[in-house]
Amino acid sequence: MPQNEYIERHRKLHGKRLDHEERTRKKAAREGHKQSENAQNLRGLRAKLYAKQRHSQKIQMRKTIKQHEERNVKGAPAENEPSNPIPSYLLDRANPTSAKALSSQIKSKRAEKAARFSVPIPKVKGISEEELFKVVKTGKKVHKKGWKRVVTKPTFVGPDFTRRPVKYERFIRPMGLRYKKANVTHPTLNVTVQLPILGVKKNPSNPLYTQLGVLSKGTIIEVNVSDLGMVTASGKIAWGRYAQITNNPENDGCLNAVLLV
Amino acid sequence: MATVAPPPSKRQKREEIERTTVQQDVSPLLATDLGSFKANFIDGDGNQMADVIEINFADASEKNVSALLNTMMGRDREEFTPYRFRIHIPGRDVIVDQYPTDLLGLLKKHGVNNPFETTITLSAEPQAVFRVQAVSRMAHKISGHGQPILCCQFSPLSSSRLATGSGDNTARIWNVDTGTPEKTLSGHTGWVMSVNWRPDGQQLATCSMDKTVRVWDPATGKSTAELKGHAKWVLGLAWEPYHCKLVSCSKDGTARIWVVNTGRTEHVLSGHKSSITCVRWGGTGQIYTGSQDRTVRIWDSVKGTLVQSLTAHGHWINNIALSSDFVLRTGYLDHSKEVPETEEAKRTKAKERFEKAVKINGKVAERFVSASDDFTMYLWDPTDNGNKPVARLLGHQNKVNQCAFSPDGTMIASAGWDNHTKLWNARDGKFLTTLRGHVGPVFQCAWSADSRLLVTGSRDCTLKVWNVLKGALARDLPGHEDEVYAVDWAPRDGAKVASGGKDKAVRTWMN
Repeated sequence: MPQNEYIERHRKLHGKRLDHEERTRKKAAREGHKQSENAQNLRGLRAKLYAKQRHSQKIQMRKTIKQHEERNVKGAPAENEPSNPIPSYLLDRANPTSAKALSSQIKSKRAEKAARFSVPIPKVKGISEEELFKVVKTGKKVHKKGWKRVVTKPTFVGPDFTRRPVKYERFIRPMGLRYKKANVTHPTLNVTVQLPILGVKKNPSNPLYTQLGVLSKGTIIEVNVSDLGMVTASGKIAWGRYAQITNNPENDGCLNAVLLV
Repeated sequence: MATVAPPPSKRQKREEIERTTVQQDVSPLLATDLGSFKANFIDGDGNQMADVIEINFADASEKNVSALLNTMMGRDREEFTPYRFRIHIPGRDVIVDQYPTDLLGLLKKHGVNNPFETTITLSAEPQAVFRVQAVSRMAHKISGHGQPILCCQFSPLSSSRLATGSGDNTARIWNVDTGTPEKTLSGHTGWVMSVNWRPDGQQLATCSMDKTVRVWDPATGKSTAELKGHAKWVLGLAWEPYHCKLVSCSKDGTARIWVVNTGRTEHVLSGHKSSITCVRWGGTGQIYTGSQDRTVRIWDSVKGTLVQSLTAHGHWINNIALSSDFVLRTGYLDHSKEVPETEEAKRTKAKERFEKAVKINGKVAERFVSASDDFTMYLWDPTDNGNKPVARLLGHQNKVNQCAFSPDGTMIASAGWDNHTKLWNARDGKFLTTLRGHVGPVFQCAWSADSRLLVTGSRDCTLKVWNVLKGALARDLPGHEDEVYAVDWAPRDGAKVASGGKDKAVRTWMN
């Protein structure tokens, strides 16, 4: 550590070296080489400290660059032509183009026949009945009546469902694993909204699972999109739309889905 | 063996006996003497049209009253003009727009207890002598454009020619009768934002994102002039009423007056601080521009100088409509088949039609209405009121995208982002009715030539035809697969409606 400002003092008394400017320039020019050498050759604790310092420097640098970029492009975006042709009264308006992007994308997709049956997750692992159902032994007689099953995966159960009498209830869908809402993502708008589930349309593993309303990855569910203001071809507000589940609800405790269009 | 109908039930038999034995009460069927009222007919300017006459309530249907007025004005039966009446409730400042089936009941409802012997003022509005039928089905779906259709306009000559402009940098002319493409007008290098027929249908002007305006000969499909000069996108166009000049407005904040034959810029109208969204060329030699800098400016088209700057709006101006829009668009081509022979006669007829359309109290007063993003519209009368608006039209709950005067100049329709279309009285700007039905923002509206019907196009992929007098939906026209950007009703014979939008196909509709 220097004691007092002796360099400044010396400069005030005697002036700078005659080649001071050149030496500082050269030093600055070699800075990159020096840093690179240090990064490659330092070992141990010093390497750690050095890396940490460089890391924070780089973060700072990126932030500054980004700020400069934002400043530079300020005038430009208004000049950019929107990508899809729109009439003059929609120019310079921000939201309207994105609002219906989804449904129009869906429409163009439908036009291509190949895309008609495509879904975001085309292949899912099947779930065997052994995995899905746990056998419940009932009845006192030698404890061998094994016809009752507990569904071990999350399910959707309609709002008007009442359980059957114990004697007739073959499949038990536990209350704790029931879901009513899904976090549905609009693929083009990149918005996620929590929407009520209307029903399970298809569980790819087994038609029985569809019947039971089992929610596993890849299952197609119908969700209530009336709040999103999407419109059908005839101009009516769309009520239900299909979505595909994208996560494993039994692992995550929530239901994520992507809207199909 | 024929199937025998089952014998009448006991109840049926009992009712039958009752019907034959009991005396029917026919008193409501027989015309009771409901009394009479005195009718005072005034025209739109408040002048008395005929002597005060006593009319029996029992006979006072709108059709009868209209026939009576025609007779009193000494017209032959062939010359009868249908009238629409507005009823001024005596003693109160209430005007009923809709003629009721039960006039007596209406008067009693409004607190006129003894309508007999009172004088009731009826303001009579002449209606078009021809009738346009509401379009009800899709006649053609014509594909051809490779990108969304941004604008369309029927030729003023007939409903068989249609011009559309699209995002694929071309404008196209279609034969609507056969549903086939006629000409492809290619040359622009940017989206075609607007297509405008010259009022005699002999030329077509287009403007584009490539900063140019082009003029085309629709018969050959060749470009006759390319007008360069704007620094940014050209957003709108208007022809001079009689008709060798053109005015275009641009995002660069200027409007330019072009002499089409030479391709020269005659004047540059600069002064707006922001993009000009809409331009109109009035019949009295004035040019109206509306801009995103919240002002409407009126320019002198000969000198190229600013006449007035109207600042009342609080946000962008989206659209301007003139009370003479329809007659200026069609020039000397009216609903009859006759076309004047000489150039002079054509000019006179166009002028006559214009003056007839815009005369208020015997004075030529061209009015206009400006629609804005601040949810309101203003009705202006620059000749009478100077820079004060006649009325502020309040009611929309979102941005107003377009407004249009009815061809007879009595009503204004406005289409808004709040999914509603609203109708206003063009004389005083009073609100008349709301046309509800669309589930998305209404982008465009177009009147039929007889002012009885209105068609609107919306983001919700439908067109809807409205009966203006009833304020009710006349037809719902689904069929578009995506947002409808442009709608037009054939101005001369009114037989067809054309629409285009994001689904890239032109659709034509007819009855």
